[in-house]
Amino acid sequence: MNTAALIERESFVERSARARVSGLLDEGSMRELLDPFERLRSPWLGLQDIVTQADDGVVIARGTIDGTDVVCAAIEPAFQGGSMGEVGGAKIAGALELALEDARAGKPVVPVLLLETGGVRLQEANCGLAAIAEIHAAIVALRAHVPVVGVITGPVGCFGGMSIAAGLCSELIVTREARLGLNGPQVIEQEAGVDEFDSRDRPMIWSLTGGAQRHATGLTETLCNDDAQAIAVQITRAVAEPARALARTQEIDASLKRLRSIDPARRAEAGWVREAFKTEEFGTTGSSS
Amino acid sequence: MQRLSLDYKAGAPAGRRALAGVVGSGDLEVLLEPGTDGRSTVEINTSVDGVNDIWTAVVNRIFADANQPAVALEINDFGATPAVVRLRIAQAMEHAAGTGAG
Repeated sequence: MNTAALIERESFVERSARARVSGLLDEGSMRELLDPFERLRSPWLGLQDIVTQADDGVVIARGTIDGTDVVCAAIEPAFQGGSMGEVGGAKIAGALELALEDARAGKPVVPVLLLETGGVRLQEANCGLAAIAEIHAAIVALRAHVPVVGVITGPVGCFGGMSIAAGLCSELIVTREARLGLNGPQVIEQEAGVDEFDSRDRPMIWSLTGGAQRHATGLTETLCNDDAQAIAVQITRAVAEPARALARTQEIDASLKRLRSIDPARRAEAGWVREAFKTEEFGTTGSSS
Repeated sequence: MQRLSLDYKAGAPAGRRALAGVVGSGDLEVLLEPGTDGRSTVEINTSVDGVNDIWTAVVNRIFADANQPAVALEINDFGATPAVVRLRIAQAMEHAAGTGAG
């Protein structure tokens, strides 16, 4: 990419969660649900002497994308590492459950989840985990009716219980800067030792959990540059697709076969992991750019 | 965490509500709503203790003009510098006045 194109390109990652959503939705269609002025904030952070955000770091909005009815849920990565608290989690779960009611009533609404999150908010523990479980259940129920589109773009990545939510989506769109993993690097290092995983080795971390690797190993359908317009094009395409007959997480035999082929004693390295996770077995249909 | 409440003389209530910023490192969230006629209020929640004098000086300067629209501000701060505070409040004020991009 030349310098002029780089300067022209508008970053998606640098936008706030609310700006990401308003940029995706058709002009004039955005209607935010439980906006910040409702002041539905975390009841737990204040008790622990931590400043709250008026929307608990989650933006929920109804609107259309190229005419398709959607509900967007965007997590603000700058607030508490995009962590999922009770309120933010319940906002996403509630939005998905309403979309499910609509889908069952024959009024499909496609969920678009912007998942920039370190996972559960430790200060809210089980309250956040309960909400994440509700989000999982709702995604699984919804994807029988509509595509559920997940998007991870920034370096906060998507971890913990929310990485499972990402895996459950019908389509997952990521950038090179994004990361996806069940445990973050420091957790792995703490549990398995620095020889197994050095949490300071950023190239190694991205080589294993970064967007490009997750795409190459078939865990995401679409790899996209951090370009607001390019990401919008991919999301617009994804929301217009029919619901998938077979989601990634239903391909149990292929996954078991793959897991059996892996020697857990061997230290993970990007090259052989790609080999072990050959994408054609998953039959991914997404495009890359 | 510290809380601080300030109020100021002002003009007629602002036209509409506005939002600026997020509660992220070095940033703050400003929620602006129309105030009651002739009076602006500012409620500040900040993660940084011991800087009430700086907050008061910065906000006093912003609200020095008693003819500005009356607003009720809620500020949730996560360690913003005075320059960022001024910028975010100005952003919210512009948006409420319909002159900014929001």
